[in-house]
This record gives sequence, C-alpha cells and structure tokens, in this order.
Amino acid sequence: MSLETHIARKNLAIHPKERRIILKHADRPDYDASIDCYLRNGGYDQQKKAFSMKPEEICQEVLDAGVRGRGGAGFPAGMKWKFLDRKSGKPIYLICNADESEPGTFKDRQIIHKDPHQLIEGMMISAFAIQAAQAFIYIREEMPYGAKILEEAIEEARAKNLLGDNILGSGYSCDLVVHRGAAAYICGEETGLIESLEGKRAYPRIKPPYFPAALGLYMCPTIVNNVETLCNVKHIIEMGGHAYAEIGKPGNTGTRIWSLSGHVRKPGYYELENGVHTYGDLINEFGGGLRDGRQLQAVIPGGSSAKVWRAGERFKGKLRSGEEFDWAIEDVPLDFDGPMAAGSMSGSGAVVVIDDSVDIVEVLANINAFYAHESCGQCTPCREGSLWMKKITTRMANGGAREEDTALLASIGDQIAGRTICAHGEACAWPTQSFVAKFQDKFLDKAKQDPEQLSKRDFRMV
Amino acid sequence: MSTMSDDNKQDTVTIYVDDQPVEVPAGINLVEAVAVAGKEVPHYCYHPKLSVVGNCRMCLVEMGTPGRDRATGEPMLDEEGNPKIMWVPKPVIGCATNVSPGMHVKTESSLVKDCREGVMEFLLVNHPLDCPICDQAGECRLQEFATDYGRGYSRFVEQKNVKPKRTRIGPRVTLDDERCILCSRCIRFCEEVADDPVLGFIDRGSYTTLTTFPGKELDNNYSLNTVDICPVGALTSTDFRFKMRVWFLKETPSIDTESSVGCNTVVGSREGTIYRITPRRNDAVNDTWMPDSGRTLYRQVDADDRMTQYSIEGRPCAAEEALTLASTYLRNGRSAIVASGRLSVEEQYLLTRIASHAPGETPAWLVARHAEGDGKLLSADRNPNVRGALVTGLIDRIPEAQLSQLSAALESGKVENLIVVGEDITQAGISIDQIKKANVVYIGAVHCDTAQYAKVEIPLLTVFEKAGSFINQQFRVQKFAQAVPGPKGVLFGLSNFTQLLAAVSDGKDRIEPSPAAVWTEMAAAIDEFKELSFSAIPSTGQLIPADRFADLPFVEGKSLHFEPRTAVADA
Repeated sequence: MSLETHIARKNLAIHPKERRIILKHADRPDYDASIDCYLRNGGYDQQKKAFSMKPEEICQEVLDAGVRGRGGAGFPAGMKWKFLDRKSGKPIYLICNADESEPGTFKDRQIIHKDPHQLIEGMMISAFAIQAAQAFIYIREEMPYGAKILEEAIEEARAKNLLGDNILGSGYSCDLVVHRGAAAYICGEETGLIESLEGKRAYPRIKPPYFPAALGLYMCPTIVNNVETLCNVKHIIEMGGHAYAEIGKPGNTGTRIWSLSGHVRKPGYYELENGVHTYGDLINEFGGGLRDGRQLQAVIPGGSSAKVWRAGERFKGKLRSGEEFDWAIEDVPLDFDGPMAAGSMSGSGAVVVIDDSVDIVEVLANINAFYAHESCGQCTPCREGSLWMKKITTRMANGGAREEDTALLASIGDQIAGRTICAHGEACAWPTQSFVAKFQDKFLDKAKQDPEQLSKRDFRMV
Repeated sequence: MSTMSDDNKQDTVTIYVDDQPVEVPAGINLVEAVAVAGKEVPHYCYHPKLSVVGNCRMCLVEMGTPGRDRATGEPMLDEEGNPKIMWVPKPVIGCATNVSPGMHVKTESSLVKDCREGVMEFLLVNHPLDCPICDQAGECRLQEFATDYGRGYSRFVEQKNVKPKRTRIGPRVTLDDERCILCSRCIRFCEEVADDPVLGFIDRGSYTTLTTFPGKELDNNYSLNTVDICPVGALTSTDFRFKMRVWFLKETPSIDTESSVGCNTVVGSREGTIYRITPRRNDAVNDTWMPDSGRTLYRQVDADDRMTQYSIEGRPCAAEEALTLASTYLRNGRSAIVASGRLSVEEQYLLTRIASHAPGETPAWLVARHAEGDGKLLSADRNPNVRGALVTGLIDRIPEAQLSQLSAALESGKVENLIVVGEDITQAGISIDQIKKANVVYIGAVHCDTAQYAKVEIPLLTVFEKAGSFINQQFRVQKFAQAVPGPKGVLFGLSNFTQLLAAVSDGKDRIEPSPAAVWTEMAAAIDEFKELSFSAIPSTGQLIPADRFADLPFVEGKSLHFEPRTAVADA
C-alpha cells in the first residue's frame, strides 16, 4: 500500500471558530509535506530569524510567551529550559517526545503527517536556543508512516543546510535523527523515553537525582518537549513572546489542539484559542453534540488517565484570580487551569465523551486493562495494583461483581497514587479512584445484576 | 557517596528521626541514617553495595527539610522560634534520599504505615505463598516484613499470575519466577559486581519475568551471591535446595581459604554437619560477596580421602604414640619442615617453636599455590596465609611451587627428618624415593602419596573444625571460629602441635592448645603482634604493620579493596 493511503486524511471542513496557528496550513487541499510547499508558505523564515538572535533572547521569548507543555503536565516550557544545567560542560540534548500514546490523543500525528517541516523548524530553533549538540525525535513505534515522513523531511532540510553542520552558515551545528519507539506507553514518560533512547528498557528514572535538565540522556543535560510545544516555538519567534502571550488567557497562552472522541457526532481535532471556549462548546458546537436520543453520561477531559466527570456534576470553588466559580461540565473553560479547578486535568488535550449507551463499569474495565498492560513493572504499587484493579473490573463487567469491590477498588487506587517513581501510578489510579467515587451507585448496582444475564452478553471482557 | 575530608574523619549532620535528633555521617541515605537511630526502614531493592533503583517502594517515609524564605534566604521559623519544616507532600523513598542538615523523617506515621501495608499487600497478591516448601523461609524479607508491616489478611480473590518455576538458570542457581518480587538486585549484581550481565527482565507489568539472556546462563564464579541478595526465595542455591531449614543452622564466622583475599564467611551447620557457606559482610575485604568456589569447601570435612587416623608405618596407633615417635625423630638428626600456607597463624607459629627445639638449623618451606587472580575476590596467591608464615618467621621469602632445595637436601642426606604439614610434597618436586630416604612425619587432612610413604601419619583438622586466624593480602589478621567438631579420635584444636612441642622440648615448652594461649606467646615474641590478643581482634580483622615485608615480591594483583604495593609504587 502506498504511503499516501496511510497518512492522516485532511480535514477539509474547518470550523470557523477554530483558531488555527499550528495547523494553519495542514489541512489546506493544496498543502503537502514537502519542503518546497513549506518554503512557499514562509517556511524556515523563523529559523533564519532565530539564528540571527542570541540563544538567550530566544529562551526569553519562550519564557515571555508563557507557553505550557502540550504533552500532559502543562509545565511552562520556558521554565523547563531555564532549569537546564549549562555549567556541567557536557553536551546538551534536545528530544522531541512524539510518543503520542495517551488513549484518545491524536494531535501530534496530524502535525507529523501533514506539516513535518514545522516540527523540524521548531526543533532547530529550540535546539539553537538551548545550544543542543544533538536533537532527537522519539516517535511512537505505531506511527511508522510518520517516522518515514519525518525522515524524508529531515533529509530535505539537511540538503538545504537547515540542520546538520554549520547550519545556514551560523557556525552552529546540530543534527536531528528520528528514533522509533519501543511500542510501550511508558516510553512517553520523559525519563522512560530517555532510557529507551539509550537502548534500555523504558524504566522511568528516580527523580531526584535524575532530573533530565541535569542528568538526562547519557547522563547529560536534556530537554524533552512535546511535538506541539516545539511547533509553538516557531510561532513565538514569529510573533514575539509578548504578542504570543496575548492569545488565550494569562497562564493559558496560545492555542491548543483538542482531540475529541467518543459519542459525539463529529469527533476530531480542533485547534482552539485557550480559555475562550468551554467543554460544552467543544462537545456541542464543534463536536456536533451527542447522537439522537442519547444523554451525556460522563466526560474524560484530558486523556484516559484524567479523572472522569459525571454528567450533571457541578464544580464550585475559587480561581487563582480570586474569582468564584460554579460550573457544570459544559461551563469548564478549555484550557489548562479550567479542568484543574474542576478536579481533573486537560492532560494531552484528549476529550472522551461517554453517553448513556455504555456501562460505566465496562468503561473502567477497558481503561484498567490498558494501564495494567502498560505498567512497566518497575514499582510494586503500580505493577501489582494496576493488574489487580483490571482483574476486579473485568470480573465485575463479566458478572462476578461483589458489593465490597467498590470500596476495594478505591482502596487499591489510594495505595498506588503518589507512591511510584513516575506518574503512571497516578495515571492508573486516577480513573479507578474517580470512576468509583463518582459512579458509586452504578458500581454497587453491578453487584445486584443477574450474573446469568450478564454472562449471556455477546461479548466478554478479558 | 560519603564525604571524607583529608584527615579521614567523616563529616556528620544532625537529622531528626521521628523528632529524635541523631548525628549521622553526611551524605548517607535515609535507610542507613534511620538505622543509625536504631530504627528500621524496611526495603527490598536497596542494597548497600549496589546502585539505587528505588523500585520496591517499601522504604517510603515522610521527609521534610527546614524551610527558607525564598526572597531573603533566611530560615523560616514557627511561632516558637523553631525551624519551620517544609514536608514533602508525597512520601519519599529512603534509599534515594540523602540526609541534609536539619532534615526531619517520619518512619512511624500513619501514612508511612499505610504505604508499607499497601506495598506488602501488592507484593503478596501474586506471590505463591509456598513458604512451607520454600528454602528462603526463615530468612525471607517477604515473610519478615509481612509480619512486621503487613495487614495480616488478604483482600485478593482473583486468579494469581502463573510464571515459570524451578528453572535452572545456571549450574548452581535455580529460579522460581512466581516468588520473584522483581527488585532487580540480582540483575544489578551481575552487571555491576560480577561484570557478567546475563540476567534481565522480559515482559511487562505484573507479568515481568526474570530470566537469562538467550543462549546465556548464570555460570560466573560469583553467581551464588545472587542467591544471597535475593530477598525472597526466587533464586535458590541448587546445592543447598531442600537440604536444611535455615533456622536450624548454627552460624559460625569463618574465612574463605581459597586465596589470600580471605573473604569473610558464615558457616551454617547443624549437629556437626555443614550445609552451606555464605559471605559475611566486611566492607574492607569482601563487601558482602564471595566466590562460588569457596562455598563448597565444606565438602573437605567429609571428603572420601579424608585422613582421620594416627598411624605409624601404615599401622593405626594412638595419638600419643605417633606424636612421641615424631618428636623422637625431631630430636635426633637434621630436620626440615614443609608447612602449608593453608595452616593458621597459630599452627605456623607453633611449628617455628617446634623447630627451635630440634638440633641444628631446621629449614622450613611453604608450597606456593599461584594461579591467575580474577581481580575480584580470588587473588593470584591461592594460599590464604602465606603472610602468617612470614610474620611468624616460619619462612622469610615468597614460597615456590617446587621444593628443589629440599629435593637436593634429601638426595644428599642433609635432611634426615622431615615434617610435612598439610601438603603433598610429591606434587612439589619430591620423589617417592626421596621420601623413603628420610623419616617423614605427615600431618595432614587428606590421604596422599606423601602420607602413603611417610613413617608417621597425624590427622589434621580442617578450617571448619578448629579456631584460629589467617593473615590476608592486606596484612589483615582475620579470625575464624570452629563450626563443627573434628573427626572422632583426632586431638582437638592445636593439640597435635602443642603436644609435639611439649614432647620435643622434654615437657619444658608447654602452651595451652588454644589460639588465645598461642596469641599470648606470639604477642610477646613478634613485633607485629605486640599488644594484640586473640580476643581483641575484631570480627572484621586487624591490620598489622607490613613494613618488614615491603621488599618481598608478592604475587597478588589488584582485587576488591586491595591495591598491590608494587602497583602503587609504579603509579
């Protein structure tokens, strides 16, 4: 089969309210992944501009822009760069985390498939800013076509001296290579990724002492940024940090690409200005609302590891600005801080909409199966706890639920979260903790269901 | 890493363990620091001699440090003027957290208790709980911590994972994957200490399985250390498997006699039978390791060629008879001694004393056992105690493997009486005809050609059947204790030597047959031993001055905790 048939299809129906910066060109019918097309559209101009600046100036622009990491944690990228240990004298490495594997997330794939040179330009600017000696793109093994596209794009850029030795005559040299991942969710964890890149099992490292900014790849200072974050750097140079910060809301600057999936009419990716829209807008306006006759049951606001929201739930509290809020799910702002204030997180920007057609216990059983399968097995609580929770929810879904399972699940989750090396502990505990807390009635009801009836279903969870 | 200042004094810091101030060496981690305070931080994956991975999560504690004002950098104080402790919101692992001045640690809080209960529960959900048939039972961290820190009941009703059982992963090690708690100590040991990375994990999550790399097996000479450091019954010694319950074993401190490294060991025995030998921690000698080859040395106790009978010209006799005849030889004519580098310091000293009563000059030799050192815990000198013979004055040069001088002396009749202790001189260049020419007294533990043609045979005790000391390559005097009684009929302790000494000296030179009594004599006679006594030698050994032997060309190369003098001089 040809490469063309496997790359992500173009979304020709762009919603008028979208604010497309990263994906500005990506879905244009006349736009392709070649460097000629990219150059025709002003490509690599920002790299030339950046290379005329001082590296510290670029770092300052990124800091001024307040761009937060798009990979999941939402940590300001400029701050991350600031922590870099520049005194050690060791080479500095830049890694692009393209191991997009949080269930429900499909934004980085769009960039890689449709506009790879944007990522390369963003990376070369970032590499120059932190004076990296070598840059890597660690791409998910399940995106083989993306890797191929990137490799071709890198060769095109190399031919034009946009990367490699003495880039654009600046005296700065930095090569960029694509590294195919090891097909595991944990390879997307910063330090797990570094271990994997070094050729080892992707066991996340203990922090302290192994903070990547000081002891990263090959024990050298390393910056790991998400694809979307690195693309943003190009636009920060274009606009200037302060101008970029005007987009969105303070502390939630820029745009974000949201991956909307689940029971909506128009699932897909939507690049929206931060803080301007709400989850209600995303689901009902951009996503076209639920299917006919269906009621909203739950929303997972930021990838399957984020804590779930139950339909009808209200979130009350005080924002950092002092402003009081009283939101329904539909009112929660689409940005970093909104979902956080509502007790969950925006994570990787993957919104999963769940209507009343599914059994919520099965939803959790599905999520638990994923996290049990993807636990690296290093830390005891996550390794044993995730599989135990999976075994319980699978049994419950298949008709073996007991009343005490609900409390047991919550307790296991509590024994995992916050007690592991990496955030996979939270990732596997939060769904269980939140599903059980918010849908306690449904979990308890499961024990009352007729096991005979359940076992007659046309499928069985394993 | 601990910080050592130039004057070799460790800097210390004061930390607070459950509000109690404790002074601990700077730079150590919380597992070690809390131990200084007399409390325990339970742990599985942490091992003091291996790198820290922090994966078992058993050592979670609460930790806080004195706060500092961000703006001014001044210490923050509470209402009472005490430093305000900024507690880390999540529990931290003790193994990867190093102490800092004023640090506070909670090891008994409800959160810490809950963490431990959680980890214990998780470790046990897929554990087969086959303690009744498990060799580790009785020295199993899983059992101990389940009792000390676990909930005591199980909430697990699902099917347990199934993994390979009783897998042979090497000639001496058997693996049960279901018992494995995936602490990775064995993997790190093979990588970091044994330099033979053959172990690794396959699969993921709870299905992670320990195994050897394809086509490899765990067959290096340090493989059994993985069994020692395995906190559970996953790795077991194929030799010791199912032989004896560990709580029945009497543990006797001993020394590995394989080479001049002198690994510290523990001999496990029950009712006079030795079942296993394991390493004993000595940070200055062998850390917590020992070679596999040293663990089977106990077999010499019941070896097929073990000599247990006093005899004269092949005729069994009483001990006194044999010793009297030996002394008669010694007192008449020119004598010589072939001693062994495997004898204890005490035995070697008593031989010099015996020789001093024989008429004329009584030369003595040792038989060298040189082989390639492995750079770790087997040195090039495979005699454990050549330095003992030097210090006691039995010999004054590095031994050779062939006794050519003695051969010539026997040939020419210059040596009429020969005492051979613990060596088969037919393997060292002495012919059977030459043996037949002299009055040979063989004192040894095994039958051999020398014994066959000796006039007098006197059985010798093995290292496991007597107490004493060796001097290792570092000139460290190390004690060993008696683990099991000697064979029936063999005189106990140093009696063979002290009785021979008494007989040779017409009863004038009498020493009690105990190491303590011999040490009293040695302390008076030997400069290096001045003011030392047997009981004063610590369990980790005592370094003695080595200046007298600085010019001798010792054969040992670099090994763990040992740098040869010549190499130092070259550098």
